[in-house]
Amino acid sequence: MTLASQSQNNNAPRQTSGSAEPAIGGFAWRHLLYLAPGLAVYALFCLWPLVQTAYFSFLSWDGITQARWVGLRNYVSVFTNTQTLTVFGHGLIMIVFYAVLPVLIGLLIVAIMTRIRIRLLAMFRTVLFLPQILATVVVAVAWRWIYAYDGPINAVLNLVGLESLTRAWLGDFDTALISVGLIGTWINFGLCMVLFIGGAQKIDTQLYEAARLDGANAVQEFFAVTLPALRGEISIALVLTVTNALRNFDIVWNTTSGGPGTSTLVPSYLIYEGAFVTRNVGFAAAASVVLTILILVLTGAITRLLRSRD
Amino acid sequence: MESRKEVIAGHAVLIIGALVALYPFVSVALHALSPAPGSAATGWTLENFIGAWTRGGFSRSLWNSALVAFSVVGATAVAAVLAGYVLSVLKFRWRVFVFALLMIGLVLPSEARIIPLYNFFSATGLLNSYWALILPQVASSLPLATFWMANYFSQLPESLAEAAALDGAGEFDILRHIYAPLGMSAVMTLSCLIFLYTWNEFMLALVLMPDNVAVQTAPLSLSFFAGNERTTEPEVIAAAAVLVALPVVIAYFLLQRRFMSGLLEGAVK
Repeated sequence: MTLASQSQNNNAPRQTSGSAEPAIGGFAWRHLLYLAPGLAVYALFCLWPLVQTAYFSFLSWDGITQARWVGLRNYVSVFTNTQTLTVFGHGLIMIVFYAVLPVLIGLLIVAIMTRIRIRLLAMFRTVLFLPQILATVVVAVAWRWIYAYDGPINAVLNLVGLESLTRAWLGDFDTALISVGLIGTWINFGLCMVLFIGGAQKIDTQLYEAARLDGANAVQEFFAVTLPALRGEISIALVLTVTNALRNFDIVWNTTSGGPGTSTLVPSYLIYEGAFVTRNVGFAAAASVVLTILILVLTGAITRLLRSRD
Repeated sequence: MESRKEVIAGHAVLIIGALVALYPFVSVALHALSPAPGSAATGWTLENFIGAWTRGGFSRSLWNSALVAFSVVGATAVAAVLAGYVLSVLKFRWRVFVFALLMIGLVLPSEARIIPLYNFFSATGLLNSYWALILPQVASSLPLATFWMANYFSQLPESLAEAAALDGAGEFDILRHIYAPLGMSAVMTLSCLIFLYTWNEFMLALVLMPDNVAVQTAPLSLSFFAGNERTTEPEVIAAAAVLVALPVVIAYFLLQRRFMSGLLEGAVK
Protein backbone atom coordinates (compact mmCIF):
# COMPACT_ATOMS: atom_id res chain seq x y z
CA MET A 1 0.00 0.00 0.00
CA THR A 2 2.62 2.50 1.00
CA LEU A 3 4.99 1.10 -1.56
CA ALA A 4 2.43 1.45 -4.33
CA SER A 5 1.59 5.03 -3.45
CA GLN A 6 5.29 5.87 -3.22
CA SER A 7 6.03 4.53 -6.64
CA GLN A 8 3.08 6.43 -8.03
CA ASN A 9 4.41 9.60 -6.50
CA ASN A 10 7.79 8.95 -7.95
CA ASN A 11 6.52 8.27 -11.40
CA ALA A 12 4.10 11.10 -11.83
CA PRO A 13 6.51 14.05 -11.71
CA ARG A 14 9.12 12.25 -13.78
CA GLN A 15 6.80 12.00 -16.74
CA THR A 16 5.61 15.59 -16.72
CA SER A 17 8.88 17.32 -15.86
CA GLY A 18 10.73 15.28 -18.45
CA SER A 19 13.86 14.96 -16.33
CA ALA A 20 14.62 11.71 -18.12
CA GLU A 21 14.48 11.34 -21.92
CA PRO A 22 11.92 13.91 -23.11
CA ALA A 23 8.84 12.45 -24.76
CA ILE A 24 9.48 14.43 -27.92
CA GLY A 25 12.17 16.80 -29.06
CA GLY A 26 15.82 16.85 -28.12
CA PHE A 27 18.51 15.65 -30.43
CA ALA A 28 18.75 12.46 -32.37
CA TRP A 29 20.75 11.61 -35.45
CA ARG A 30 17.57 10.43 -37.15
CA HIS A 31 16.36 14.04 -37.14
CA LEU A 32 18.94 14.74 -39.81
CA LEU A 33 16.98 12.42 -42.08
CA TYR A 34 14.06 14.85 -42.04
CA LEU A 35 16.33 17.73 -42.99
CA ALA A 36 18.48 15.88 -45.48
CA PRO A 37 16.34 15.96 -48.66
CA GLY A 38 15.69 19.69 -48.52
CA LEU A 39 19.06 20.79 -47.26
CA ALA A 40 20.95 18.64 -49.76
CA VAL A 41 19.18 20.27 -52.72
CA TYR A 42 19.49 23.69 -51.10
CA ALA A 43 23.20 23.27 -50.42
CA LEU A 44 23.94 21.90 -53.89
CA PHE A 45 21.92 24.40 -55.94
CA CYS A 46 21.94 27.53 -53.77
CA LEU A 47 24.80 27.69 -51.28
CA TRP A 48 27.52 25.95 -53.27
CA PRO A 49 26.88 28.01 -56.43
CA LEU A 50 27.06 31.12 -54.27
CA VAL A 51 30.50 30.10 -52.98
CA GLN A 52 31.61 29.31 -56.53
CA THR A 53 30.43 32.69 -57.82
CA ALA A 54 32.44 34.40 -55.11
CA TYR A 55 35.49 32.33 -56.15
CA PHE A 56 35.00 33.03 -59.87
CA SER A 57 34.97 36.75 -59.15
CA PHE A 58 38.70 36.57 -58.43
CA LEU A 59 39.52 34.89 -61.74
CA SER A 60 40.15 35.98 -65.26
CA TRP A 61 38.23 33.29 -67.11
CA ASP A 62 36.35 32.78 -70.36
CA GLY A 63 34.50 29.79 -68.88
CA ILE A 64 36.36 27.22 -71.01
CA THR A 65 40.15 27.59 -71.01
CA GLN A 66 42.49 27.75 -68.02
CA ALA A 67 41.45 30.36 -65.48
CA ARG A 68 43.95 32.80 -63.99
CA TRP A 69 43.84 34.27 -60.46
CA VAL A 70 43.69 38.07 -60.71
CA GLY A 71 42.80 39.04 -57.15
CA LEU A 72 40.57 42.08 -56.91
CA ARG A 73 41.08 43.23 -60.49
CA ASN A 74 37.50 42.37 -61.56
CA TYR A 75 36.14 44.42 -58.68
CA VAL A 76 38.39 47.32 -59.60
CA SER A 77 37.02 47.27 -63.12
CA VAL A 78 33.42 47.06 -61.86
CA PHE A 79 33.98 50.23 -59.87
CA THR A 80 36.12 52.16 -62.38
CA ASN A 81 34.66 51.24 -65.77
CA THR A 82 32.41 54.13 -66.82
CA GLN A 83 30.08 51.79 -68.69
CA THR A 84 29.60 49.59 -65.60
CA LEU A 85 29.01 52.59 -63.37
CA THR A 86 26.39 53.89 -65.80
CA VAL A 87 24.70 50.49 -65.75
CA PHE A 88 24.58 50.43 -61.95
CA GLY A 89 23.31 54.02 -62.16
CA HIS A 90 20.46 52.72 -64.31
CA GLY A 91 19.80 50.20 -61.53
CA LEU A 92 19.41 53.07 -59.08
CA ILE A 93 17.08 54.90 -61.48
CA MET A 94 15.04 51.68 -61.63
CA ILE A 95 14.68 51.89 -57.84
CA VAL A 96 13.01 55.28 -58.28
CA PHE A 97 10.49 53.82 -60.74
CA TYR A 98 10.02 50.36 -59.21
CA ALA A 99 10.07 51.32 -55.54
CA VAL A 100 9.88 55.03 -54.73
CA LEU A 101 7.09 55.98 -57.14
CA PRO A 102 4.79 53.05 -56.28
CA VAL A 103 5.24 53.70 -52.55
CA LEU A 104 4.45 57.41 -53.01
CA ILE A 105 1.39 56.60 -55.13
CA GLY A 106 0.23 54.08 -52.54
CA LEU A 107 0.67 56.58 -49.71
CA LEU A 108 -1.13 59.33 -51.60
CA ILE A 109 -4.06 57.03 -52.22
CA VAL A 110 -4.20 55.74 -48.70
CA ALA A 111 -4.17 59.33 -47.45
CA ILE A 112 -7.37 59.94 -49.37
CA MET A 113 -9.18 56.99 -47.92
CA THR A 114 -8.00 56.32 -44.41
CA ARG A 115 -11.29 57.48 -43.02
CA ILE A 116 -13.75 55.61 -45.19
CA ARG A 117 -14.97 52.06 -45.15
CA ILE A 118 -14.13 50.55 -48.52
CA ARG A 119 -16.84 48.66 -50.35
CA LEU A 120 -15.84 45.62 -52.39
CA LEU A 121 -12.35 45.70 -50.90
CA ALA A 122 -11.69 42.04 -51.78
CA MET A 123 -12.48 42.68 -55.44
CA PHE A 124 -10.26 45.78 -55.61
CA ARG A 125 -7.43 43.87 -53.95
CA THR A 126 -7.67 41.04 -56.45
CA VAL A 127 -7.59 43.40 -59.43
CA LEU A 128 -4.84 45.63 -58.04
CA PHE A 129 -2.68 42.56 -57.48
CA LEU A 130 -3.08 41.28 -61.04
CA PRO A 131 0.17 42.88 -62.33
CA GLN A 132 2.09 40.92 -59.68
CA ILE A 133 0.93 37.52 -60.87
CA LEU A 134 1.38 37.93 -64.62
CA ALA A 135 4.56 36.45 -66.08
CA THR A 136 7.06 39.23 -66.77
CA VAL A 137 7.27 38.09 -70.38
CA VAL A 138 3.52 38.62 -70.75
CA VAL A 139 3.84 42.03 -69.11
CA ALA A 140 6.62 42.89 -71.54
CA VAL A 141 4.56 41.84 -74.57
CA ALA A 142 1.60 43.89 -73.34
CA TRP A 143 3.68 47.00 -72.79
CA ARG A 144 5.56 46.64 -76.06
CA TRP A 145 2.18 46.96 -77.73
CA ILE A 146 1.16 49.92 -75.55
CA TYR A 147 4.42 51.75 -76.31
CA ALA A 148 4.51 50.74 -79.98
CA TYR A 149 4.52 53.35 -82.71
CA ASP A 150 0.97 52.37 -83.73
CA GLY A 151 -0.02 51.60 -80.13
CA PRO A 152 -2.55 53.20 -77.79
CA ILE A 153 -0.31 55.92 -76.29
CA ASN A 154 0.49 57.45 -79.64
CA ALA A 155 -3.14 57.03 -80.71
CA VAL A 156 -4.25 59.14 -77.73
CA LEU A 157 -1.55 61.74 -78.45
CA ASN A 158 -2.71 61.99 -82.05
CA LEU A 159 -6.27 62.33 -80.91
CA VAL A 160 -5.54 65.32 -78.69
CA GLY A 161 -3.35 67.01 -81.30
CA LEU A 162 0.07 66.25 -79.81
CA GLU A 163 1.41 64.44 -82.91
CA SER A 164 4.82 66.01 -82.29
CA LEU A 165 5.25 63.92 -79.16
CA THR A 166 4.51 60.56 -80.76
CA ARG A 167 7.41 58.14 -81.07
CA ALA A 168 8.43 54.52 -80.60
CA TRP A 169 8.74 54.98 -76.84
CA LEU A 170 11.01 51.99 -76.19
CA GLY A 171 13.23 52.72 -79.18
CA ASP A 172 13.98 56.36 -78.42
CA PHE A 173 17.19 57.27 -76.56
CA ASP A 174 15.36 59.95 -74.56
CA THR A 175 12.41 57.87 -73.41
CA ALA A 176 13.48 54.20 -73.37
CA LEU A 177 14.78 54.10 -69.78
CA ILE A 178 11.78 55.99 -68.41
CA SER A 179 9.40 53.79 -70.38
CA VAL A 180 10.97 50.61 -68.97
CA GLY A 181 10.89 52.15 -65.49
CA LEU A 182 7.19 52.99 -65.76
CA ILE A 183 6.44 49.34 -66.50
CA GLY A 184 7.94 48.63 -63.07
CA THR A 185 5.81 51.35 -61.52
CA TRP A 186 2.77 49.67 -63.02
CA ILE A 187 3.82 46.23 -61.73
CA ASN A 188 4.31 47.44 -58.17
CA PHE A 189 1.80 50.20 -57.47
CA GLY A 190 -1.05 47.77 -56.74
CA LEU A 191 1.09 45.83 -54.29
CA CYS A 192 1.85 49.03 -52.38
CA MET A 193 -1.80 50.12 -52.39
CA VAL A 194 -3.01 46.77 -51.08
CA LEU A 195 -0.33 46.66 -48.36
CA PHE A 196 -1.01 50.22 -47.22
CA ILE A 197 -4.80 49.98 -47.32
CA GLY A 198 -4.53 46.82 -45.22
CA GLY A 199 -2.26 48.60 -42.76
CA ALA A 200 -4.42 51.72 -42.57
CA GLN A 201 -7.51 49.69 -41.74
CA LYS A 202 -5.79 48.42 -38.62
CA ILE A 203 -5.20 51.94 -37.27
CA ASP A 204 -7.27 52.73 -34.20
CA THR A 205 -9.91 55.31 -35.23
CA GLN A 206 -9.57 56.95 -31.84
CA LEU A 207 -6.18 58.26 -32.95
CA TYR A 208 -7.90 60.18 -35.73
CA GLU A 209 -10.56 61.51 -33.40
CA ALA A 210 -7.86 62.68 -30.99
CA ALA A 211 -5.98 64.36 -33.85
CA ARG A 212 -9.16 66.14 -34.92
CA LEU A 213 -9.88 67.33 -31.44
CA ASP A 214 -6.39 68.83 -31.46
CA GLY A 215 -7.44 70.70 -34.60
CA ALA A 216 -5.32 68.75 -37.10
CA ASN A 217 -6.22 69.14 -40.75
CA ALA A 218 -6.10 66.24 -43.23
CA VAL A 219 -2.42 66.78 -44.06
CA GLN A 220 -1.32 67.00 -40.43
CA GLU A 221 -3.44 63.99 -39.63
CA PHE A 222 -1.67 62.00 -42.34
CA PHE A 223 1.80 62.86 -41.05
CA ALA A 224 0.90 62.49 -37.38
CA VAL A 225 -1.20 59.33 -37.48
CA THR A 226 -1.26 57.45 -40.79
CA LEU A 227 2.39 57.62 -41.83
CA PRO A 228 3.89 56.45 -38.50
CA ALA A 229 1.37 53.63 -38.29
CA LEU A 230 2.36 52.37 -41.74
CA ARG A 231 6.10 52.06 -41.03
CA GLY A 232 5.98 48.26 -41.11
CA GLU A 233 4.04 48.12 -44.38
CA ILE A 234 6.28 50.74 -46.02
CA SER A 235 9.31 48.73 -45.01
CA ILE A 236 7.89 45.52 -46.52
CA ALA A 237 6.87 47.33 -49.70
CA LEU A 238 10.31 48.89 -50.12
CA VAL A 239 12.20 45.65 -49.47
CA LEU A 240 10.14 43.83 -52.10
CA THR A 241 10.17 46.56 -54.72
CA VAL A 242 13.84 47.53 -54.34
CA THR A 243 14.83 43.88 -54.77
CA ASN A 244 12.53 43.75 -57.77
CA ALA A 245 14.10 46.87 -59.25
CA LEU A 246 17.67 45.61 -58.98
CA ARG A 247 16.79 42.18 -60.38
CA ASN A 248 15.06 43.68 -63.37
CA PHE A 249 16.27 41.31 -66.09
CA ASP A 250 13.12 39.85 -67.64
CA ILE A 251 11.45 43.14 -68.52
CA VAL A 252 14.58 44.62 -70.09
CA TRP A 253 15.39 41.44 -72.02
CA ASN A 254 11.88 41.26 -73.43
CA THR A 255 11.34 44.92 -74.24
CA THR A 256 14.56 46.69 -75.24
CA SER A 257 17.41 44.17 -74.81
CA GLY A 258 19.32 46.98 -73.18
CA GLY A 259 18.96 49.32 -76.16
CA PRO A 260 18.80 51.59 -77.95
CA GLY A 261 22.59 51.66 -77.63
CA THR A 262 23.17 50.96 -73.97
CA SER A 263 20.48 53.31 -72.70
CA THR A 264 18.46 50.66 -70.83
CA LEU A 265 21.29 48.34 -69.81
CA VAL A 266 20.81 47.27 -66.16
CA PRO A 267 23.10 45.26 -63.82
CA SER A 268 21.36 41.89 -64.31
CA TYR A 269 21.59 42.25 -68.04
CA LEU A 270 25.28 43.14 -67.83
CA ILE A 271 25.88 40.00 -65.75
CA TYR A 272 24.00 37.83 -68.24
CA GLU A 273 25.95 39.28 -71.17
CA GLY A 274 29.29 38.97 -69.42
CA ALA A 275 28.65 35.40 -68.35
CA PHE A 276 27.05 33.95 -71.46
CA VAL A 277 27.66 36.24 -74.44
CA THR A 278 31.06 37.95 -74.14
CA ARG A 279 32.32 35.14 -71.85
CA ASN A 280 33.97 37.44 -69.35
CA VAL A 281 33.00 35.13 -66.49
CA GLY A 282 35.21 36.60 -63.75
CA PHE A 283 33.92 40.10 -64.37
CA ALA A 284 30.28 38.92 -64.49
CA ALA A 285 30.76 37.04 -61.22
CA ALA A 286 32.25 40.15 -59.59
CA ALA A 287 29.34 42.24 -60.84
CA SER A 288 26.85 39.73 -59.43
CA VAL A 289 28.61 39.75 -56.05
CA VAL A 290 28.40 43.55 -56.05
CA LEU A 291 24.71 43.39 -57.03
CA THR A 292 23.95 40.87 -54.27
CA ILE A 293 25.74 42.97 -51.65
CA LEU A 294 23.92 46.07 -52.88
CA ILE A 295 20.57 44.28 -52.44
CA LEU A 296 21.55 43.05 -48.97
CA VAL A 297 22.78 46.46 -47.84
CA LEU A 298 19.74 48.33 -49.16
CA THR A 299 17.16 45.91 -47.80
CA GLY A 300 19.01 45.73 -44.49
CA ALA A 301 19.11 49.54 -44.24
CA ILE A 302 15.40 49.81 -45.08
CA THR A 303 14.35 47.30 -42.43
CA ARG A 304 16.60 48.93 -39.84
CA LEU A 305 15.49 52.49 -40.56
CA LEU A 306 11.80 51.67 -40.62
CA ARG A 307 11.77 49.18 -37.75
CA SER A 308 8.79 50.02 -35.57
CA ARG A 309 9.62 50.99 -32.04
CA ASP A 310 7.39 48.44 -30.37
CA MET B 1 -17.33 59.87 -39.41
CA GLU B 2 -17.05 59.36 -43.13
CA SER B 3 -18.41 62.10 -45.32
CA ARG B 4 -20.13 61.38 -48.60
CA LYS B 5 -17.54 63.36 -50.53
CA GLU B 6 -14.69 61.31 -49.09
CA VAL B 7 -16.44 58.04 -49.85
CA ILE B 8 -16.96 58.99 -53.48
CA ALA B 9 -13.42 60.36 -53.93
CA GLY B 10 -11.87 57.30 -52.31
CA HIS B 11 -13.77 54.85 -54.45
CA ALA B 12 -13.14 56.89 -57.59
CA VAL B 13 -9.41 56.61 -56.93
CA LEU B 14 -9.72 52.86 -56.35
CA ILE B 15 -11.63 52.41 -59.59
CA ILE B 16 -9.01 54.37 -61.53
CA GLY B 17 -6.28 52.26 -59.93
CA ALA B 18 -8.12 49.07 -60.81
CA LEU B 19 -8.59 50.20 -64.43
CA VAL B 20 -4.88 51.04 -64.74
CA ALA B 21 -4.00 47.62 -63.32
CA LEU B 22 -6.35 45.87 -65.72
CA TYR B 23 -5.71 47.87 -68.88
CA PRO B 24 -2.52 46.26 -70.26
CA PHE B 25 -3.80 42.71 -70.01
CA VAL B 26 -7.27 43.58 -71.30
CA SER B 27 -5.71 45.58 -74.10
CA VAL B 28 -3.51 42.66 -75.13
CA ALA B 29 -6.50 40.29 -74.95
CA LEU B 30 -8.58 42.58 -77.21
CA HIS B 31 -5.64 42.92 -79.58
CA ALA B 32 -5.42 39.12 -79.72
CA LEU B 33 -9.12 38.85 -80.58
CA SER B 34 -8.99 41.31 -83.47
CA PRO B 35 -8.22 40.04 -86.98
CA ALA B 36 -4.61 40.22 -88.14
CA PRO B 37 -3.84 42.14 -91.35
CA GLY B 38 -4.55 39.94 -94.35
CA SER B 39 -7.11 37.91 -92.48
CA ALA B 40 -10.51 37.32 -94.01
CA ALA B 41 -12.20 37.49 -90.62
CA THR B 42 -14.30 40.46 -89.58
CA GLY B 43 -15.14 41.37 -86.01
CA TRP B 44 -13.76 39.24 -83.17
CA THR B 45 -11.90 36.10 -84.11
CA LEU B 46 -10.07 33.23 -82.45
CA GLU B 47 -7.81 32.53 -85.40
CA ASN B 48 -4.82 34.31 -83.80
CA PHE B 49 -5.01 31.84 -80.93
CA ILE B 50 -5.05 28.94 -83.35
CA GLY B 51 -2.09 30.48 -85.17
CA ALA B 52 -0.11 30.94 -81.95
CA TRP B 53 -1.00 27.47 -80.70
CA THR B 54 0.18 25.74 -83.88
CA ARG B 55 3.09 27.97 -84.94
CA GLY B 56 4.48 28.72 -81.49
CA GLY B 57 4.31 25.15 -80.19
CA PHE B 58 2.50 26.29 -77.07
CA SER B 59 0.80 22.97 -76.44
CA ARG B 60 4.28 21.58 -75.80
CA SER B 61 5.62 24.48 -73.74
CA LEU B 62 2.50 24.88 -71.59
CA TRP B 63 2.78 21.18 -70.76
CA ASN B 64 6.48 21.66 -69.93
CA SER B 65 5.66 24.59 -67.67
CA ALA B 66 3.02 22.58 -65.85
CA LEU B 67 5.37 19.62 -65.43
CA VAL B 68 8.18 21.79 -64.05
CA ALA B 69 5.89 23.82 -61.80
CA PHE B 70 4.10 20.80 -60.30
CA SER B 71 7.39 18.96 -59.76
CA VAL B 72 8.92 21.95 -57.98
CA VAL B 73 5.80 22.48 -55.87
CA GLY B 74 5.52 18.80 -54.92
CA ALA B 75 9.18 18.30 -54.06
CA THR B 76 9.41 21.57 -52.15
CA ALA B 77 6.24 20.90 -50.16
CA VAL B 78 7.41 17.44 -49.03
CA ALA B 79 10.89 18.66 -48.13
CA ALA B 80 9.53 21.71 -46.32
CA VAL B 81 6.98 19.74 -44.27
CA LEU B 82 9.72 17.34 -43.14
CA ALA B 83 12.19 20.10 -42.37
CA GLY B 84 9.61 22.39 -40.79
CA TYR B 85 8.49 19.58 -38.50
CA VAL B 86 11.97 18.73 -37.27
CA LEU B 87 12.89 22.39 -36.84
CA SER B 88 9.81 23.52 -34.95
CA VAL B 89 8.12 20.54 -33.28
CA LEU B 90 11.15 18.35 -32.63
CA LYS B 91 13.25 21.43 -31.86
CA PHE B 92 16.31 20.27 -33.76
CA ARG B 93 19.37 21.21 -31.71
CA TRP B 94 21.11 23.28 -34.40
CA ARG B 95 17.93 24.89 -35.68
CA VAL B 96 19.26 28.43 -35.24
CA PHE B 97 22.14 27.56 -37.51
CA VAL B 98 19.83 25.91 -40.07
CA PHE B 99 17.51 28.94 -40.06
CA ALA B 100 20.49 31.24 -40.58
CA LEU B 101 21.61 29.15 -43.56
CA LEU B 102 18.11 29.27 -45.04
CA MET B 103 17.94 33.03 -44.49
CA ILE B 104 20.71 33.45 -47.10
CA GLY B 105 18.54 31.85 -49.78
CA LEU B 106 15.60 34.06 -48.93
CA VAL B 107 17.27 37.15 -50.38
CA LEU B 108 19.66 35.59 -52.89
CA PRO B 109 19.12 36.84 -56.47
CA SER B 110 19.39 34.26 -59.31
CA GLU B 111 22.25 36.33 -60.72
CA ALA B 112 24.44 35.21 -57.82
CA ARG B 113 24.25 31.53 -58.75
CA ILE B 114 23.48 31.45 -62.45
CA ILE B 115 27.07 30.98 -63.71
CA PRO B 116 27.96 27.95 -61.50
CA LEU B 117 24.53 26.43 -62.20
CA TYR B 118 25.17 26.68 -65.93
CA ASN B 119 28.61 25.10 -65.51
CA PHE B 120 27.24 22.31 -63.33
CA PHE B 121 24.44 21.35 -65.68
CA SER B 122 26.58 21.55 -68.80
CA ALA B 123 29.26 19.39 -67.13
CA THR B 124 26.68 16.77 -66.13
CA GLY B 125 24.95 16.85 -69.51
CA LEU B 126 21.69 17.97 -67.90
CA LEU B 127 21.57 21.34 -69.63
CA ASN B 128 18.38 21.58 -71.71
CA SER B 129 16.60 19.02 -69.52
CA TYR B 130 13.76 19.37 -67.02
CA TRP B 131 16.23 18.74 -64.18
CA ALA B 132 18.11 21.94 -64.99
CA LEU B 133 15.02 23.95 -64.16
CA ILE B 134 13.48 21.81 -61.41
CA LEU B 135 16.44 21.35 -59.06
CA PRO B 136 17.55 25.02 -58.81
CA GLN B 137 13.96 26.13 -58.26
CA VAL B 138 13.33 23.56 -55.53
CA ALA B 139 16.48 24.92 -53.91
CA SER B 140 15.38 28.55 -54.16
CA SER B 141 11.80 27.83 -53.01
CA LEU B 142 12.92 25.80 -50.02
CA PRO B 143 13.90 28.62 -47.61
CA LEU B 144 10.52 30.38 -47.83
CA ALA B 145 8.68 27.05 -47.72
CA THR B 146 10.59 25.79 -44.67
CA PHE B 147 10.12 29.03 -42.73
CA TRP B 148 6.45 28.90 -43.70
CA MET B 149 5.86 25.36 -42.41
CA ALA B 150 8.06 25.74 -39.32
CA ASN B 151 6.16 28.88 -38.44
CA TYR B 152 2.81 27.19 -38.98
CA PHE B 153 3.70 24.09 -36.94
CA SER B 154 5.07 26.15 -34.07
CA GLN B 155 1.70 27.88 -33.72
CA LEU B 156 -0.03 24.56 -33.05
CA PRO B 157 -0.31 23.63 -29.35
CA GLU B 158 2.66 21.60 -28.10
CA SER B 159 0.29 19.33 -26.18
CA LEU B 160 -0.66 17.73 -29.53
CA ALA B 161 2.72 16.10 -29.95
CA GLU B 162 3.11 15.37 -26.24
CA ALA B 163 -0.25 13.62 -25.98
CA ALA B 164 0.51 11.50 -29.02
CA ALA B 165 3.98 10.65 -27.71
CA LEU B 166 2.49 9.51 -24.40
CA ASP B 167 0.19 7.24 -26.36
CA GLY B 168 3.30 5.68 -27.79
CA ALA B 169 3.28 7.21 -31.26
CA GLY B 170 6.67 7.55 -32.90
CA GLU B 171 7.94 10.87 -34.25
CA PHE B 172 7.21 10.03 -37.84
CA ASP B 173 3.71 8.77 -36.99
CA ILE B 174 3.01 12.04 -35.21
CA LEU B 175 4.02 13.93 -38.34
CA ARG B 176 2.05 11.66 -40.62
CA HIS B 177 -1.18 11.44 -38.62
CA ILE B 178 -1.29 14.79 -36.83
CA TYR B 179 0.95 17.53 -38.18
CA ALA B 180 0.84 16.78 -41.91
CA PRO B 181 -3.00 16.68 -42.06
CA LEU B 182 -3.27 19.82 -39.94
CA GLY B 183 -0.72 21.57 -42.14
CA MET B 184 -2.55 20.86 -45.40
CA SER B 185 -4.10 24.32 -45.58
CA ALA B 186 -0.74 26.04 -45.08
CA VAL B 187 0.79 23.71 -47.69
CA MET B 188 -1.92 24.66 -50.19
CA THR B 189 -1.36 28.41 -49.77
CA LEU B 190 2.37 27.92 -49.99
CA SER B 191 1.96 25.77 -53.10
CA CYS B 192 0.00 28.50 -54.87
CA LEU B 193 2.83 30.91 -54.18
CA ILE B 194 5.59 28.58 -55.38
CA PHE B 195 3.54 27.57 -58.41
CA LEU B 196 3.24 31.23 -59.37
CA TYR B 197 6.97 31.94 -59.02
CA THR B 198 7.94 28.77 -60.87
CA TRP B 199 5.47 29.25 -63.72
CA ASN B 200 6.72 32.79 -64.30
CA GLU B 201 10.48 32.14 -63.95
CA PHE B 202 12.38 33.47 -66.92
CA MET B 203 16.11 33.98 -66.37
CA LEU B 204 16.86 30.42 -65.21
CA ALA B 205 14.89 29.00 -68.13
CA LEU B 206 16.71 31.23 -70.59
CA VAL B 207 20.15 30.19 -69.37
CA LEU B 208 19.55 26.55 -68.46
CA MET B 209 17.35 25.33 -71.33
CA PRO B 210 18.24 27.58 -74.25
CA ASP B 211 18.52 25.13 -77.14
CA ASN B 212 15.93 22.42 -76.64
CA VAL B 213 12.46 23.37 -77.79
CA ALA B 214 11.09 20.09 -76.45
CA VAL B 215 11.60 21.08 -72.78
CA GLN B 216 11.25 24.87 -72.93
CA THR B 217 8.69 26.49 -70.64
CA ALA B 218 5.88 28.77 -71.79
CA PRO B 219 7.43 32.14 -70.83
CA LEU B 220 10.63 31.24 -72.68
CA SER B 221 8.71 30.09 -75.77
CA LEU B 222 6.72 33.30 -75.66
CA SER B 223 9.90 35.35 -75.46
CA PHE B 224 11.40 33.62 -78.51
CA PHE B 225 8.09 33.70 -80.37
CA ALA B 226 7.64 37.41 -79.69
CA GLY B 227 11.23 38.07 -80.69
CA ASN B 228 10.43 37.10 -84.29
CA GLU B 229 8.32 40.16 -84.77
CA ARG B 230 9.25 40.46 -88.42
CA THR B 231 7.74 37.08 -89.25
CA THR B 232 4.87 37.05 -86.79
CA GLU B 233 1.89 39.40 -86.68
CA PRO B 234 1.53 41.39 -83.44
CA GLU B 235 -2.02 40.01 -83.08
CA VAL B 236 -0.67 36.45 -83.01
CA ILE B 237 2.00 37.41 -80.46
CA ALA B 238 -0.73 38.96 -78.33
CA ALA B 239 -2.69 35.73 -78.56
CA ALA B 240 0.39 33.78 -77.48
CA ALA B 241 0.82 36.08 -74.47
CA VAL B 242 -2.79 35.46 -73.44
CA LEU B 243 -2.26 31.69 -73.77
CA VAL B 244 0.78 31.83 -71.47
CA ALA B 245 -0.92 34.05 -68.90
CA LEU B 246 -4.30 32.35 -68.89
CA PRO B 247 -3.58 29.28 -66.70
CA VAL B 248 -2.17 31.49 -63.94
CA VAL B 249 -4.88 34.12 -64.31
CA ILE B 250 -7.63 31.49 -64.08
CA ALA B 251 -5.97 29.82 -61.08
CA TYR B 252 -5.58 33.25 -59.48
CA PHE B 253 -9.25 34.17 -59.82
CA LEU B 254 -10.43 30.73 -58.68
CA LEU B 255 -8.11 30.60 -55.68
CA GLN B 256 -7.85 34.33 -55.03
CA ARG B 257 -8.08 34.01 -51.26
CA ARG B 258 -5.13 31.62 -51.14
CA PHE B 259 -3.09 33.70 -53.55
CA MET B 260 -3.81 36.94 -51.70
CA SER B 261 -3.00 35.58 -48.27
CA GLY B 262 0.02 33.80 -49.72
CA LEU B 263 1.40 36.89 -51.42
CA LEU B 264 0.74 39.13 -48.43
CA GLU B 265 2.05 36.71 -45.80
CA GLY B 266 4.95 35.80 -48.05
CA ALA B 267 5.78 39.49 -48.16
CA VAL B 268 5.69 39.83 -44.40
CA LYS B 269 8.16 36.98 -43.97
